Amino acid sequence: MTGPVLEIRDLRVDYGFGDDPTHVLRGVDLTLHRGEVLGLAGESGCGKSTLAYAATRLLPPPGLITGGEVWLTDREGNRNDILGLTDAQLRAARWRDVAIVFQGAMSSLNPVFRIGRQLTDGIRAHRPGLSARDLEARAAELLEMVGISADRLRAYPHQLSGGMRQRVMIAMALALEPQVLLMDEPTTALDVVMQRQILEQIMELRDRLGFSVVLITHDVSLLVEVADRIAIMYAGEIVEEATAADVYRRPRHPYAHGLLGSFPPLHGPRRELAGIPGSPPDLQRLAAGCPFAPRCPHAMDVCQQVRPVLGPPRTGEARRVACHLHGADLPGDVAFPAELAR
Amino acid sequence: MATGTTSIEVAAPTGVDDPGPGVARPGRRPRLMFLRNPKALVGIAILAVFAVLAVLGPWIAPYDPNQVSRDLLQAPSGAHWLGTDHTGRDILSQLIVGTRGVLVVGLVAGVAATALGVVVGVTAGFVGGAGDETLSAVSNVFLVIPQLPLIIIIAAQLPSAGGITVALVIGVTGWAWGARVLRAQTLSLRRRDFVEAARATGERTWRIVLAEVLPNLTAIIAAGFVGTVIFAVLSQVTLAFIGITPVSEWNWGTILFWAQNNLALQRGAWWWFVPAGLCIALLGMALTLINFGIDELVNPRLRSTGMHARTLRRRGIRPRVGFTPVVRAGRPAVETSEEER
Amino acid sequence: MSFFLRRAVFYVFTAWAAITLNFVIPRLLPGDPVTALIGRMQGRIDSGAEQSLRVLFGLDQDMSLWQQYVEYWRLLLHGDLGLSFTHFPTPVSDIVAQALPWTVGLVGISTVVAFLLGTAVGTGIGWRRGTWADSLLPITTFFSAVPYFWLGLIAIAVFAVNLGWFPSSGSYDRGMVPTLSWEFVGSVVYYGTLPALTVVISSVSGWVLGMRNMMVTVSSEDYVTVAHAKGLSSRAVVVGYAARNAILPQVSSFTLALGFVVGGTLVMEMVFSYQGIGYTLFEAVTTHDYPLMQGCFLVITLSVLVANLVADFAYAALDPRTRQEG
Ligand SMILES: Nc1ncnc2c1ncn2[C@@H]1O[C@H](COP(=O)(O)OP(=O)(O)OP(=O)(O)O)[C@@H](O)[C@H]1O
Ligand SMILES: [Mg+2]
Repeated sequence: MTGPVLEIRDLRVDYGFGDDPTHVLRGVDLTLHRGEVLGLAGESGCGKSTLAYAATRLLPPPGLITGGEVWLTDREGNRNDILGLTDAQLRAARWRDVAIVFQGAMSSLNPVFRIGRQLTDGIRAHRPGLSARDLEARAAELLEMVGISADRLRAYPHQLSGGMRQRVMIAMALALEPQVLLMDEPTTALDVVMQRQILEQIMELRDRLGFSVVLITHDVSLLVEVADRIAIMYAGEIVEEATAADVYRRPRHPYAHGLLGSFPPLHGPRRELAGIPGSPPDLQRLAAGCPFAPRCPHAMDVCQQVRPVLGPPRTGEARRVACHLHGADLPGDVAFPAELAR
Repeated sequence: MATGTTSIEVAAPTGVDDPGPGVARPGRRPRLMFLRNPKALVGIAILAVFAVLAVLGPWIAPYDPNQVSRDLLQAPSGAHWLGTDHTGRDILSQLIVGTRGVLVVGLVAGVAATALGVVVGVTAGFVGGAGDETLSAVSNVFLVIPQLPLIIIIAAQLPSAGGITVALVIGVTGWAWGARVLRAQTLSLRRRDFVEAARATGERTWRIVLAEVLPNLTAIIAAGFVGTVIFAVLSQVTLAFIGITPVSEWNWGTILFWAQNNLALQRGAWWWFVPAGLCIALLGMALTLINFGIDELVNPRLRSTGMHARTLRRRGIRPRVGFTPVVRAGRPAVETSEEER
Repeated sequence: MSFFLRRAVFYVFTAWAAITLNFVIPRLLPGDPVTALIGRMQGRIDSGAEQSLRVLFGLDQDMSLWQQYVEYWRLLLHGDLGLSFTHFPTPVSDIVAQALPWTVGLVGISTVVAFLLGTAVGTGIGWRRGTWADSLLPITTFFSAVPYFWLGLIAIAVFAVNLGWFPSSGSYDRGMVPTLSWEFVGSVVYYGTLPALTVVISSVSGWVLGMRNMMVTVSSEDYVTVAHAKGLSSRAVVVGYAARNAILPQVSSFTLALGFVVGGTLVMEMVFSYQGIGYTLFEAVTTHDYPLMQGCFLVITLSVLVANLVADFAYAALDPRTRQEG
């Protein structure tokens, strides 16, 4: 059951087709293993959604993928680069292998079609042989699965509450039992109780159906609870990636540390909320060095000049971090910050 | 033309809870962006040429447009660049002199209709309640009643239907569309934080309207104005063509009136009726282009971000919704897409 | 209030407003052209008909405005629009009733065709944004800025006068007796082709531009992205998701633009001397036939109202949100 199911290699994305595009993703590396929940966190605008869209080639114009590979291992064990598929192959792979729940679930449903039709049209596109009765039965089963009664199949989206619409989207995403479920802030528009409820439901379904999840959210405390691994993004790059517990207890990147500090801890003694001073950089004009350097409390000279690469820290732990503090060539005269060495 | 600015119209009602497409965000300079828009620039350039003609017309026209001569129904020549009509009058001069009438009527009607539309629309949107219901009902009625026939029966019953009269009639009948769009935008603005804040601090209503609401409606008011001018020009030319306005007042419609009534079509005198129509089309197109510019300002989704066909072809990009193009730097585009449909 | 009830109230109100406007306009405007005409008709006009005209045009000084208004409504409800001066003593209602079918046939059919065609083309251009299809935009912009009647003039000059493919005026061969024979219908179609084509060509571009902009806007909606993410065929995405939603504002702008389009196409009837309401109105204007003018205006307005009503029903049928609201 292990082994990678989705491998993103050096993915690069620009916005703008002209001569002066914004580089929104600048070489993202990320691996999703089978059955795993991978959390992706970062400040607003750091490119989380862009990553999800680009990995499925759903990025709208003027988005442009300028490099990288997205390897998907399908159920039969074939590895394919999504970025190299033809339209027909890509269409076939979508929803069957990779399904997405979008950030704006409120607007993800077509307002003029009934829920039932929207649940079935994806299934029909991939399994043309199915009879109308089978489709209907499957749609009903899917709705029941997310806790909505099957007689809502004939409802229009505007007749459902926000939470129900979100569940419908999740049911829809699971229609073909995909191997990978990308969820972009699936619960932001909902109240806290509803958020928990829906996430618990997803995790339950994952245990039952065995798909892998990439869960994108602002809410790091939520990730700590449900994710197996967490990747932290900053300005279009992954800056730290480790198991959930490691990221939570022993963040290595100053940004990750700051990000965790901006959320109250779930259990245990209250830490002071530190937050991160300053604001995210303008992706249009990034300086040469580490993009976080201007806001980093531990920035050194090298940080202004050289962009750190994502790799294992000097200590040899099983995690990856993009920071000169953890690089092999840390100058001896730098006092290593204690909070990053726990 | 009525559909040329649809996106504003449609975007307006949904603008209630999103940032609002018609609203310039503070800090950006919409006017400067507008001037960078190539469509708007072309439109403004054409309009400027006509404006110069309108001002200088009588002085630069080669002949007196009413001057009859022996050259009856002459095809274009060195002496008469656009030929002559059935009494030997110079058509180029008629065109040049007629420009002023067209522009003045368009402008006056546009100002009148826009002023009415702003008053009705902003009032309706701001006061709400019964006042809003009434004003909306009135503007909807004016929207549904076909304007041109209404203008025709009013103009035909007036003792003298000169240019300015016609312009005012057009203005009085043509304000409803702008009012409707403005009302929707005002409604959404009213719920916006900064207006709420101004209300909470007890600002006077008219001050809020002048200082907070109107500046944010500039783009939409401008679009409505340009739209009305287009409509006014077409209406006025049509009225002149039908012969409702005095045929002694030169405008492009008058030329067409004479042409139609003197069998220019049957006599094959193309120089008589083609140039006037092209001028109308050119002016209309200039105004439409300006409106496109405003439209793209208001609705960023219509903006083509670097989507110039040439750039795209050079870089091998085929922009498509749902299939992000993959163009690896240094390597030619991977042609992953078979032809769609 | 349900959607339909609200719309019904609106249309009743608008119809009332239009009819009242028709009552008010002759009374508001300065000058008194009708008295003079009645004077000229003296002796030829019977007293009942003269009374109708006095009521319609507010010449009765001894009646209060309210009495005039009541009387005006009474006449309208009896279908009495007065007598035409030019076609004396034919009642205006007869003339209008004769002209209306031609207009509904010509303007109605070609407007609907233009709408459907423009919507289809706009769908294509909007969807294939950034491709060669965009080069159609300047052409459509040009056509949307041309006055309808001028295109009519050009069409006549090219296809009727120069090429001789179509007749330049009229609505059927005058040598024929109007019957429901194939021959007559054929003649009507033959005479109607050029005006209809011109109407379609001049009004289609507005719909193309509107639909194109709506497609561009709708294409970036989340539900369209979801449709792509589901791996639906591009046909299913375009037709079922993008165009299906883009057409909603297109239909509502149809109702808004209808008055404009009808106004423009009525002038086209004048150019082609096509015996519909527009041509009748034109005749009435040139001969100062005020009763006929007012009658034409009323009928045009009421027809546009009916067309609006139909478009509203279409909208309600297309958008479930209106149907089940409130
Ligand atoms: N069409 C566009 N043109 C230019 N830049 C864009 C465009 N769309 C997005 N961006 C930029 O791309 C960056 C990444 O956006 P993205 O939506 O991926 O952020 P995100 O991490 O998902 O944020 P959030 O948490 O708010 O959803 C942002 O800085 C944004 O400004
Ligand atoms: Mg996002």
